[in-house]
Amino acid sequence: MDAPINPWRAAYETFKASESAAKMGVPARDAAFARFEAHGLPTKRDEYWKYTPVRDLTPETGVSATSAKDAFAGVDAYRLVFVDGHLDNARSDRDALAKVADLPDAGADWVNTVYAELQGKKVEGAQKQIERPFADLNLAMATDGIAVRIPAGTSLDKPIHLRYEGNKPAHLRIVMLVEKGASATLLESGAGALTTGSEMVLEDGATLNHLRAQTEVADKQFTALYARIGAGSEFRTFTLAADGALIRNETELTMAGEEGNGYIAAGVMGRDHALIDNTVYIRHEAAHCESRQVVKNVMDGDSKAVFQGKIYVKKDAQKTDGYQISQSVLLSERAEFNAKPELEIYADDVMCSHGSTTGALDETALFYLRSRGVPEKEAEAMLVAAFVDEAVLEIADEGLQDIVRASIDAWMAERAAG
Amino acid sequence: MLKIENLHCQLEEEPDTKILKGVDLEVEAGKVHAIMVPNGSGKSTLSYVLAGREGYEVTEGSAKLLGEDILDMEPDERAAAGLFLAFQYPVEIPGVGNMIFLRTALNAQRKARGEEEMGAPEFLKLVREKAKELDISPDMMKRPVNVGFSGGEKKRNEILQMTLLQPKLCILDETDSGLDVDAMKLVSKGVNALRDEGRGFLVITHYQRLLDHIQPDVVHIMAKGRIVQTGGPELALEVEKNGYSDILGAAA
Repeated sequence: MDAPINPWRAAYETFKASESAAKMGVPARDAAFARFEAHGLPTKRDEYWKYTPVRDLTPETGVSATSAKDAFAGVDAYRLVFVDGHLDNARSDRDALAKVADLPDAGADWVNTVYAELQGKKVEGAQKQIERPFADLNLAMATDGIAVRIPAGTSLDKPIHLRYEGNKPAHLRIVMLVEKGASATLLESGAGALTTGSEMVLEDGATLNHLRAQTEVADKQFTALYARIGAGSEFRTFTLAADGALIRNETELTMAGEEGNGYIAAGVMGRDHALIDNTVYIRHEAAHCESRQVVKNVMDGDSKAVFQGKIYVKKDAQKTDGYQISQSVLLSERAEFNAKPELEIYADDVMCSHGSTTGALDETALFYLRSRGVPEKEAEAMLVAAFVDEAVLEIADEGLQDIVRASIDAWMAERAAG
Repeated sequence: MLKIENLHCQLEEEPDTKILKGVDLEVEAGKVHAIMVPNGSGKSTLSYVLAGREGYEVTEGSAKLLGEDILDMEPDERAAAGLFLAFQYPVEIPGVGNMIFLRTALNAQRKARGEEEMGAPEFLKLVREKAKELDISPDMMKRPVNVGFSGGEKKRNEILQMTLLQPKLCILDETDSGLDVDAMKLVSKGVNALRDEGRGFLVITHYQRLLDHIQPDVVHIMAKGRIVQTGGPELALEVEKNGYSDILGAAA
């Protein structure tokens, strides 16, 4: 075993003996830690970590927030506030949420089934299995989290908002089961989680909208999201990520039933030495499904964006419609964008396409706006907003679209002022 | 209003390409000056240099708007100072709504001049009225700037911007290109409506036909980076009749 892992083993043993570990009761924990330990922290030699070196990470690595505001502070939602890795009941609406949804103990049987189903599963027939060390670490060391079951046919009246605060290296697990015909919206914000691991199951005809704001992350955040999308279901996830020293978002969708839709979108804003990585894997297992990935990066200073997106289509998944676009605007000559699109297709009647572009803002458009009296920074902000909007439009709710737009505008205004 | 003296410029990236070689020109308030140019004589360069586009280096001479040197100003400062360029090829800007663009531009200029910004209801009323006069549909206003507009629609949109921004000096760069007769009439009507004592116009064109609709007070012929001849409206007619070669031959 590599030397750096030893402190993790010690930290794991200590955690395992703790009260919160007992409360979480995750049977899959040992297996997950064993996978993490066997893999080790990712290095540049790992195919999917080539552009995203993980340095200086120890079990004690804390987190901290920037001065940016909570993007979702104004949203009427069931708020669940986690501070240093534990739910702060007094500031949370857990009881109110429990009236409309089922909130079992995290150790409940179906929750543990979800863990085993999505996380540990290998992809049958794929050329390569992808290791997800931080998802394993999260499962092994999760201090708290939330499991939510939206009962069949229920449309949740307002979003659930998971809010992460504090400075400790928190690992939080989120499990959602959206039953047949049910629908819900899940929001996440805050820097107070070093890792999050989300496992979401959409039964047939279910709808789940997920929106994440990583606008306050000062140092590191690793997220892993798995969603299993049933027949005729729709899953949308959008992430706005800005300025983290290292943000890595892994999203893995499994199109498990016919005529399911899976949409992944992201807006990325980077300056200084920010490094923001979106890594996506979409597994088309059933026929007649549609998946779409729309990623827009706006990179300034010495910042770096990474996008790795894979579409895997199983032999039986005929009539798959898979689309992927990743685009970057570089606002500085030192900013960087690395894109790695991959298609692995075994069905013979599919439509899959991908594209990627990188460039500066359109000089001609900039001059046109300025010639009408719009100052340079404001003109840039207008063009940036227009550029990112293709991703923002992937968010289902228009009110939430506007919240994201406001965050982007605020970021550009701060850049103009700085 | 606009005073250009001995203006020389070259391309920033190719210093050997000298485009303007000593342009002298003065446009008075209340007057329409036309510049007629054969192809490749630095027509667009002159308008771009005045509007502040990057890529050109002024090596000699000056350009003043209302006594203020504009060549050191940013493009948006020139706009706020009262300069407006109607583009030969108006730019499409996907994702930026026409209405938002117009309002942002108007209020940015007002702010730069220390004036109060225009509120949404007042702006909306003004735009509707002016758009209607130029036969610009509400649908066009909702679309992104110039995206999917026909050539004529783009030019009408330029004139709408000019009407809303109320500049002191309007430069029209080949506004007639790509227009049929009806569109030309509409555009000219919009321009003529703006003619008044306090405003100057510089109309740049290859052809005389636009000048039938926007009648100039003074006509200049520009060739090889300089103004080679200046006269009254009859000069335009002479070009139309005999072509540029006679005049250019005489000037050479």
